[in-house]
Amino acid sequence: MSTPILQLTGVSRSFDSLKVLRDVNLSVHEGDFVSIIGYSGSGKSTLINIIAGLLKPTRGSAEMNGSPITGPGPERGIVFQNYSLLPWLTVTENVRLAVDQIFPELSASERAERTAHYIHMVKLTPAAKKIPRELSGGMRQRVAVARTLAANPRILLLDEPLSALDALTRATLQDEIADIWQQNRTTVLWITNDPDEAILVADRVIPLLPSQEGATLGAEIPVTLPRPRDRKTIIATPEFKDLKLSLVTTLLHAKKDSAPTLTKKLAVPDILPEDLNDRRTSSLFDRPAPRRRSQLAKEEIPIEAP
Amino acid sequence: MKSIKPELMLLPLLGLLLCLGGWAIISGKSVTKSTTKDDGWGDMITVTETTREGISKNLPSPTETWTASKPYIVEPVAKRGELDQGILRFAWLSLKLVAQGYAIALLIGTPIGFLLGLSKKFTMMFDPIIQILRPVSPLAWLPLGMVLFMGLRVEDADGRVAFGTSDAAALFTIAICAMWPTVLNTAVGVRAVPQDYLNVAKVLKLSRTKTLFKILIPASLPYMFTGFRLSLGIAWLVIVAVEMLIGKPGIGGFLWQQYNANSYAHIILSILTIGVIGYVLDRLMSVAEKRFKTA
Repeated sequence: MSTPILQLTGVSRSFDSLKVLRDVNLSVHEGDFVSIIGYSGSGKSTLINIIAGLLKPTRGSAEMNGSPITGPGPERGIVFQNYSLLPWLTVTENVRLAVDQIFPELSASERAERTAHYIHMVKLTPAAKKIPRELSGGMRQRVAVARTLAANPRILLLDEPLSALDALTRATLQDEIADIWQQNRTTVLWITNDPDEAILVADRVIPLLPSQEGATLGAEIPVTLPRPRDRKTIIATPEFKDLKLSLVTTLLHAKKDSAPTLTKKLAVPDILPEDLNDRRTSSLFDRPAPRRRSQLAKEEIPIEAP
Repeated sequence: MKSIKPELMLLPLLGLLLCLGGWAIISGKSVTKSTTKDDGWGDMITVTETTREGISKNLPSPTETWTASKPYIVEPVAKRGELDQGILRFAWLSLKLVAQGYAIALLIGTPIGFLLGLSKKFTMMFDPIIQILRPVSPLAWLPLGMVLFMGLRVEDADGRVAFGTSDAAALFTIAICAMWPTVLNTAVGVRAVPQDYLNVAKVLKLSRTKTLFKILIPASLPYMFTGFRLSLGIAWLVIVAVEMLIGKPGIGGFLWQQYNANSYAHIILSILTIGVIGYVLDRLMSVAEKRFKTA
């Protein structure tokens, strides 16, 4: 097999004393569609930020094309969970920003054409002149995908791209991104917390297993479902159900092992937020004193340690 | 077309009337008294004396103020003399000076704000100084300005002083007093730029200049505009003090000159004009601000 374009070896990352990732090994080859699935807060974003070059691993090495990742770069295009569109630019201008930056050698009309091409690819041509505020969440994420693809990345990193969307919009976008992959064969690393999503879009699903010592990648599950995948027929097949079952079992098992034995208690600060429904007096003299929690009732909120 | 509630019109009007009434009560009025007395030679003469009476004897009443102010309002752009001009003419002179000082404040304040927002070291270096200089009154800055620009003299073709020490000191005072809201708001705005936008810049490897112009400036523009608006308010506050002290023709200079000339009605006219213009400026700026807020 060819050399992987992305290679993580023994990557660990901790924030102060909090261990987030431990000994993560991953290799992604040209044209792969890999999905990493894990619980919320289990270090998925940390992992993708390390690959994107926005974070440095505490230990281990992250390599892209055989050379270490030292910072962010356009060859690793990332689609953020919160879209990260620039709100003062229109759809076209947002995409154009990336095109202008990556292809300065092209003429203005070629760059405009390239911009239009990617907006068309995500089916947003009618909304090209709108600003992000005027778009729905799903449309915004399409713009983000178009912007990232327009920069012609070697690998497309998607950090829970659809988790802020409703289930139906999510399904549509999953299919569309899978279609785009089908046409372009860009390498994709898709991070998600949805087992259905992971199995439906990817060729390989790798669970990120939580533990007290930091999360690490589990054994990968190959998905051999034929493409193009039709959601309606596939989710009814026993193959899909088996895959999903084994994935969910692995994740639940890891969660149980990592479950903390003691319940931590969170001390709540002794002040309550101002009630905005109360009319503020304009007088300087009879401002109400801050409301104290201790004057109401002692409250302790038990939380489960992650 | 939505119907306007009568309260919306009536209540402000009622408030205005109450204020005018209060003013009328405490203001003084002229009383003419005729007395007949012996002039010392055995002849009886009639002496007519005009005195003022009231709680605050010399405060002109609303009607007196209106009568005395009428020529300035009816002919707002008349020029009868250097210190006797229509009210709009004075306002225009003041506004010109404010515009110059304000422009200097923005040109200096915005870059300082950006540096404060971008660099922790710069903030640690200069924040204490800024916090100390910020509350200093315009009255305190003006003499320093005079000292700084002492001897400055730019003459026009006829050999008259076109731009002298006091002009420079006035601009200096307006600029340095009006600068702070712009500085602080710009700094806050730059610090508040979401990390997401900066990540976009990083991933695309935008150069520093491009990051500044494509990301940082547009993202902090709403904050900057709030600063600009507050700065303009201060610049307009300062102008009055400055004009009083250096005796330049303008709305503040007029006010002080009329006080010295015992035309107290004109003081009230000046105050109202200053208030109205300040309000209009603030409204205009907040319209501009809103445009950028939506972006």
